[in-house]
Amino acid sequence: MELAEKERMTAHTFTHLDALESESIHIMREVAAECKNPALLFSGGKDSIVMLRLAEKAFRPAKFPFPLVHIDTEHNFPEVISFRDKRAVELGERLIVRSLEDSIRKGTVVLKSATQSRNVFQSVTLLETIAEFGFDACMGGARRDEEKSRAKERIFSFRDEFGQWDPKNQRPELWDIYNTRVHAGENIRVFPISNWTEMDIWQYIERERLEIPDIYFAHEREVIQRPGGLMPVSELVQPQPGEKVVRKTVRFRTVGDITCTCPVESNAKNALEIIAETAITRITERGATRMDDQTSDASMELRKKEGYF
Amino acid sequence: MSSTTQLLRFITAGSVDDGKSTLIGRLLHDSKSIFEDQFSAISKTSAKRGMATVDFSLLTDGLQAEREQGITIDVAYRYFATPRRKFIIGDTPGHEQYTRNMVTAASTANLVVILVDARKGVLVQTRRHTYLASLVGIPHIVLAVNKMDMVDYSQARFSEICAEYLKFAAQLGLTDITCIPLSALVGDMLVERGDNLDWYQGTTLMNLLENIVIDYDVNTTDFRYPVQWVCRPQTEEYHDFRGFMGRIEAGEIAVGDEITVLPSGRTSRVKEIVTYDGKLQRAYAPQSVALTLEDEIDISRGDMFVSGGVAPKVAKEFEAMLCWLSETPLDQNRKYLIKHTTRTAKCLFSGIAYRVDVNTLEQHAAATLNMNDIARVAMKVQQPLVFDSYTTDRATGSFIVIDEATNNTVAAGMIA
Repeated sequence: MELAEKERMTAHTFTHLDALESESIHIMREVAAECKNPALLFSGGKDSIVMLRLAEKAFRPAKFPFPLVHIDTEHNFPEVISFRDKRAVELGERLIVRSLEDSIRKGTVVLKSATQSRNVFQSVTLLETIAEFGFDACMGGARRDEEKSRAKERIFSFRDEFGQWDPKNQRPELWDIYNTRVHAGENIRVFPISNWTEMDIWQYIERERLEIPDIYFAHEREVIQRPGGLMPVSELVQPQPGEKVVRKTVRFRTVGDITCTCPVESNAKNALEIIAETAITRITERGATRMDDQTSDASMELRKKEGYF
Repeated sequence: MSSTTQLLRFITAGSVDDGKSTLIGRLLHDSKSIFEDQFSAISKTSAKRGMATVDFSLLTDGLQAEREQGITIDVAYRYFATPRRKFIIGDTPGHEQYTRNMVTAASTANLVVILVDARKGVLVQTRRHTYLASLVGIPHIVLAVNKMDMVDYSQARFSEICAEYLKFAAQLGLTDITCIPLSALVGDMLVERGDNLDWYQGTTLMNLLENIVIDYDVNTTDFRYPVQWVCRPQTEEYHDFRGFMGRIEAGEIAVGDEITVLPSGRTSRVKEIVTYDGKLQRAYAPQSVALTLEDEIDISRGDMFVSGGVAPKVAKEFEAMLCWLSETPLDQNRKYLIKHTTRTAKCLFSGIAYRVDVNTLEQHAAATLNMNDIARVAMKVQQPLVFDSYTTDRATGSFIVIDEATNNTVAAGMIA
């Protein structure tokens, strides 16, 4: 081969996105090959949309060797849920939805109030779903740059029979040789996009021309200004006495529980404009948008120890 | 950051006293990768602990126990980007379990920044870090002579430290070394050159990280393709499709090339290189692809396609350098599992040739191995493995050892 061609390939064509993509595909194929009954968690959010494209790249022209699973808090944005269903149909893949309401009916989740954030209780329904289907591995779209306890999590993260994460007792992870072994009743959470950042996700969405729910782009919305950020007005979030509802042009950087996910003011109408905004933003993704991560320095870590993603 | 940005993984080796956290903090800060809410959180904590300046190590100490006890437990990964490259820093704690953590972080790194304090020069720990870097085969080494402000930016002191270090490194066979004088505290030679080191004509640390050539860190000549997954869609359209999916670990392949399937030794030619984005004429490491072959051969996960000049070894017995990672010592009477590329098999240890003292590099006899021990061992595997020596190919020369009883990863190995 001509050296010129080689140099073009190695130095110019193989970008950081290519490197991240190839790593993620490799991880997903390891899961498919070594785990007996894996699942891929798909919420309709941007990270899990990227995960689906990576799964297409890993397994097409065949079907995915695992179902898609969503733990629905029923506190989700309706645009995201309809997107979730549409995408699963387009891909022709099996989607399993389990609802937090099931756990509430069974009595395994007890809420203090109807409008309380449900993020923390997702773990209960997730663990019940894992038990129902006997999943030994669940792939999720969490990233290490999201939160500082995630920065120390392995790509293959072992959970005991209670679904718990023990940060002090993690398996060493070397090269890209992954230890996928579990005993019956235990399981592994796998994070194929661990090494991606928010910026990488947006660049990939742009490069792959991925469709994402509209609420990620700038739109007008009624919001309430609260100390932690802007709260979107919905059935579940209504102004308290003394609070004023205003219309603002906003977009969501993350989409989670509607009662604790804040939009940011933005005019970005497409992925390219979001990339430009992301390049200059001075606030982290979760710091700007998640009320539940602002409660303590360790709120994510505590949730993860309970079985959360 | 543009769509042509490259990815570089590096680690930093040194203790807090060498200014490691300050160095990482400054790289992140000066590349605008620390966010305001992160900065305000660590500023508050630093003040609460009565520190005069912001302690950047708090950025990477993610776990509650670490923040409470002011210690670092585990390898943390941090990310930052410049217009030229995206960087992944593996940040390793400096004290207990150092060997285990550094080996873990080093296993995926292109480059290591070894920090020394200009006042103290090359210490035992500098030698240890360098030995581990050479053991794990990190291709590029930077000796960062930090705290130059504390030695009046003395060129003579810098030269003295470099000479001593290079002499030591040469004994280990290391050649790709860049020595940089800097002050992480003041900011000299990190991102900016500063005004204090005019006698130094070389690169800044950031300039080196952005420009060092890493394209040839993988073996580009000998094609190595461990089969991960066999794709059989069994649909109308793809009725006879059998795609052997995997990642090219080394070298390159083109449609029509002859490949040998190991360990069976059968040969065939590449019919198609299939990807989601279309068929390719040619593919290179480290792309993940699917290959179809001209002939129907019995192939499954764990087999390896190879071609090119040098053939890998196919054997059940070999020697390796081993790093023991588990609190439970090696038991030579037991069988373990070895995972090497995409193959997992039973294995046992037939002997320990010697254990290396990582501080003195002396070799000692050893009856067993404890956590953090490094040793040359002889191994037997139940099935033949297809491998190269680790120095030729990191991907086909590395393996992990798993304890079947606990399923823990107990050792990491590099085939001699």
